[in-house]
Amino acid sequence: MRRHKGVKYLPLLLAALLRKKARTLLTLLSVAAAFALFGMLDAVRVAFDSPQSMVGIDRLITSSRLSLIQPLPSADLARIQSVPGVKAVTFASWFGGIYQDPKNFFPNFPVDPESYLDMYPELVLPKAQRQAFLNTRTGAVVGRSLADQFGWQIGDKIPLKATIYPNRDGSAVWTFDLVGIFQAAEPELRGTEKQMLFHHDYFDEGRDLGQGTIGWYIERVADPARADRVAQAIDRQFANSAFETRTQSEREFQLSFAKQIGDIGLIVKAIMGAVFFTLVLLTGNTMGQSIRERIPELAVLKTIGFTNRAVLLLVLAEAVLLLLIGGLLGMGMARLSLPAIREATSGQFDLTMQTETWILAVGLMTVIGIAVGLPPALKAMRLSIVDALAGR
Amino acid sequence: MTERAPNQDADRTPPLVAIRGVSKVYERGRERIEVLHHVDLDIPEGDFLALMGPSGSGKSTLLNMIAGLDVPTEGTLRVAGRQIEGLSATELARWRAAHVGFVFQFYNLLPALSAQKNVELPLLLTRLSAAQRRRHAAIALQLVGLSDRATHKPNELSGGQQQRVAIARAIVSDPTLLVCDEPTGDLDRHSAEEVLALLQRLNREYGKTMIMVTHDPKAAEFARRTLHLDKGTLVEQAGPDASS
Repeated sequence: MRRHKGVKYLPLLLAALLRKKARTLLTLLSVAAAFALFGMLDAVRVAFDSPQSMVGIDRLITSSRLSLIQPLPSADLARIQSVPGVKAVTFASWFGGIYQDPKNFFPNFPVDPESYLDMYPELVLPKAQRQAFLNTRTGAVVGRSLADQFGWQIGDKIPLKATIYPNRDGSAVWTFDLVGIFQAAEPELRGTEKQMLFHHDYFDEGRDLGQGTIGWYIERVADPARADRVAQAIDRQFANSAFETRTQSEREFQLSFAKQIGDIGLIVKAIMGAVFFTLVLLTGNTMGQSIRERIPELAVLKTIGFTNRAVLLLVLAEAVLLLLIGGLLGMGMARLSLPAIREATSGQFDLTMQTETWILAVGLMTVIGIAVGLPPALKAMRLSIVDALAGR
Repeated sequence: MTERAPNQDADRTPPLVAIRGVSKVYERGRERIEVLHHVDLDIPEGDFLALMGPSGSGKSTLLNMIAGLDVPTEGTLRVAGRQIEGLSATELARWRAAHVGFVFQFYNLLPALSAQKNVELPLLLTRLSAAQRRRHAAIALQLVGLSDRATHKPNELSGGQQQRVAIARAIVSDPTLLVCDEPTGDLDRHSAEEVLALLQRLNREYGKTMIMVTHDPKAAEFARRTLHLDKGTLVEQAGPDASS
């Protein structure tokens, strides 16, 4: 019965929205655009906030306690290896090389090939290519997505321009021989195919500064359930030394890496705050204008027996309906665009829209609808019939 | 809607509208404007009353008070068996929905709704089902001769047709009383006569009690009797039935 009571007013609400079709359409589009942006950005936030893969849960990363860009001595490897609970250790560094143009950015790491590939079994490299990588001092391997992006084939020479580490001969260009192309073991890990790996030894001997250091260590722990204790044990090894460490899970490390750009959650909230603030002003103004134009009609509704409360609820429902139609349209657009984003970034941005994003979006639509609808709804509720009909 | 004979014997039956000592004063700043001054008036059931008078004479104010849109500063109003001057806004709204049908000068139809949906509007406040609402609205439109225009929007109708849709909306819930504020004020002579003839038919054939405010003496001729207001006071009583 209650459902029936509400539904019967729907034609009245739609009629109010369709009264000025162009204005309603433009308002709907601005609401849809805001929620499309929200849908995509919240998918980014969720991707950063919640682990989506079980891969790497037994891996820890040890970096400098001071900063991610502060190197660690390569001699620490043996001490880390000796910590109880550590099954294997490898390391990598940030090279920061540029291929042809800075906009062609991709991560490239000097690594210890054998231990690194053992540490990351999800990077699947054919046996022969793996052997070639181990045997070739100037050799490099890249992911399939990266190779496809630049049309690289095995045997190609790949020049990278150093941004941090110039070559000892004074040149900024490092040339690598492409000896292998790896693929991600699981489709959701396709983002890992966007990286390039090469020999740490070749890099360490050739660089002009920082010899004998690495960027970070990666440990495999024997028991993931005891990973916290192992991490603490590693950091205790280096406490009060010149190179204090900070050991965390791989996931936390990736997050802190990403957070060098800034707090993703905060950035998303700031952008959405600005967008929704503008939306409230815009939609609020439109609703206000719409109600001002319909004062005689609202007066007629009150005249024929609609109570003040009924008129208040009608105007509020109209605003919420406007937000819901536009908002769901925008969320649908965002949902449809996520696979395209994944495709365009070769899986690097594998975003999904979670149920919590939908719930949050519908909540925001309702709250914004009430916020923009309340001032005109109160005005409509307080409307004096006699004055309104007399045009005063 | 049932067909009823107009009540000719006002002496024995209590009047549908009983107004006693009603005054209305508006205060604008320090200025005090008395729009109605101690008005006494009885309107029997089945009456068709025309209220005439110059602008500012208080006729619309009196109409608004009888219809429960405005409240008197002083005096009592008993309409359709209920004392209405002390009702709250919500009680008045519910009372209006049950007892009063309105016809305005400028029709005041909702432009985005079809004629049928406009007529159904007052029925949204009832417990009728959607099918019953449609049926009642169709009957009302048939009564005003606009069955073939049910799906038309107001801007697809002439002024006279829009006013007939407004009349259908006013009678669809079978109200006790029909109040019309300058119902022909925006119409050409031919359309005005059609609308007035329709109102007269609703009064004579269906016994609808009507109160009509008008400036137009020709419009007033369609009423059973006419009252003149001047400076807030009833000054004259006339009309075709007044002498009978």
